[in-house]
Amino acid sequence: MIAYLFKRLAEIVPTLIGVTIIAFALIRMIPGDPVLLLIGERGASPEVMAEMRATYGLDKPLPVQYGVFVKNAAVGDFGESIVSHRPVREEFAERFPATLELGIFALVLAVLFGLPLGVLAAVKRNSIFDYSLMTTSLVGYSMPIFWWGLILILIFSVQLGWTPVSGRIDLAFDVPNWTGFYLIDSLRSPDGFAAFRSAFSHLVLPGIALGTIPLAVVARMTRSSMLEVLGEDYMRTARAKGLSRGRVIFVHGLRNALVPVITVIGLMAGTIVTGAVLTETIFSWPGIGRWLVDSVLQRDYPVIQSGILLISAIVILVNFVVDLAYAWANPRLRGAK
Amino acid sequence: MSGLKEFWYFFRQNRGAVAGLVLVTLFVLVALFAPWIAPYDPAAIHDGVFSQPPFWAAGGSHQYWLGTDDVGRDVLSRLIYGARISMGVGFMVVIFSLSIGTLLGLLAGYAGGFVDKVIMRLTDILMALPSILLAIVVVTILGQSLTNAVIAVGVVVIPGFIRLVRAQVMIEKNRQYVVASGSFGAGPGRQVFINILPNTLAPVIVQGTLGFSDGILNVAALGFLGLGAKPPTAEWGTMLADARAFIESAPWLVTLPGLCILVVVLGFNLLGDGLRDALDPRLKK
Repeated sequence: MIAYLFKRLAEIVPTLIGVTIIAFALIRMIPGDPVLLLIGERGASPEVMAEMRATYGLDKPLPVQYGVFVKNAAVGDFGESIVSHRPVREEFAERFPATLELGIFALVLAVLFGLPLGVLAAVKRNSIFDYSLMTTSLVGYSMPIFWWGLILILIFSVQLGWTPVSGRIDLAFDVPNWTGFYLIDSLRSPDGFAAFRSAFSHLVLPGIALGTIPLAVVARMTRSSMLEVLGEDYMRTARAKGLSRGRVIFVHGLRNALVPVITVIGLMAGTIVTGAVLTETIFSWPGIGRWLVDSVLQRDYPVIQSGILLISAIVILVNFVVDLAYAWANPRLRGAK
Repeated sequence: MSGLKEFWYFFRQNRGAVAGLVLVTLFVLVALFAPWIAPYDPAAIHDGVFSQPPFWAAGGSHQYWLGTDDVGRDVLSRLIYGARISMGVGFMVVIFSLSIGTLLGLLAGYAGGFVDKVIMRLTDILMALPSILLAIVVVTILGQSLTNAVIAVGVVVIPGFIRLVRAQVMIEKNRQYVVASGSFGAGPGRQVFINILPNTLAPVIVQGTLGFSDGILNVAALGFLGLGAKPPTAEWGTMLADARAFIESAPWLVTLPGLCILVVVLGFNLLGDGLRDALDPRLKK
């Protein structure tokens, strides 16, 4: 296991370095001069521009600039936003909890509904329930979530008036910053449950929009994994021992069927981030997805560069942990490539 | 049974796959014959009929079946021409990523060693970058246009093909027919393209079909974010973006283009799943 851990670590390091190179190179390939952008339309004298170039380190050769970028990133300094003049790290830390809360909520929805539905479909294989669930999940899997978000808004916000259209919470509520998760922090606000309700009603639609594809994946994966397990000899043995049907399915069956499902959930980190970019744009959710889209549109170079690096690092890290967990549960994999 | 007949026999039994094939064929036909099917020019502005609802709703008429948009263009015609763009975009994304991905996959799998290591690390890096973000940055670099959106999305889809082909090649290259051919003096070119490639095609075809859905979805997403086709073009994602402001007053402008995207993507996913089942010998009994 230790050997496997080091082997995977050795693979991660070049990947991370590669990501820094790509993030760095991509930004420099974007047409336009960041200094001109900073100065704006009024323009400035060549001396002032040269001075600004020096302040941002843009007068140095590219390899030196890259070295500075990596050196600073290694100690947690990700530069300063050109637009807001605030440290990128601060802006990221401010928005990341919003995306994390949304992502976790979406995944919880996916597991909460996907798992039991998948088990039920497997147990009732080839029934009408199975067919309709599989069809529905394929529709969910094919969903353009930027449209799905709009449809949810159209139904629940515009026509039924149940939920708000954008943001994380009603501005009237004062939420203390404790965990960064509004569902938790709102309970500590002076308004207590009313604030929680507001936070929840803001979270539910984007959560559904983002959770739809993972839900479809979890349901399908649980079903096929469960079908495999149901045919195993130990399942028949468990039944023969006189255990109840429910106990056999959920204790003997589901536990063994869970490994591939958990892996799929873990590997969904990338899907969630991609989905978050679109979902946050639609629901004006103040997370990192929308922040990055805005930064690209505003050509906020330091934010794009470090944002890509940070997000990719998180995706790589999550996949790494999932890999380890999988190898831990499945000793046979450790030897394989 | 001949190969093709056998394939059709298994394919036909899968109702979902047949449904997918029907949907895809339908959209291909619509795309091909758009100028003959569409009642109007997609860019034509009809004076005095702004935001007219579809025919079934109050205020709708059979003159504009699916209504008109906020500047008075016929929605049905725009959707029909949009099929042209989406199918074309899907096709281009698949051709682009499939050809590059297959070549790199063949190279990595057959050459092995250092070349393999380098290519695999590159795919790892590409896969670690969130796809939509990478696509957004690529479009920013190349400039906003449909072609550039296709390239951006193609780049994002490439790693999937590389991994798939590489894995197939690693299995095939140690098979007896390949080893035997090598002992008769077959060079790397013959081994890779004539002996191995045809035997890796089945999963590539499946992945290619699924790549259509990825391509169509992601290019539409870029269009929705304002980074795809430029506004007057009748592209479904761009149409959605334009219609966002009218979600309350003209909901059909939001509903219809998205529904088209969903149905096409669903069609390709059904078809891809069906092809996988029909082409996978392990599932045949």
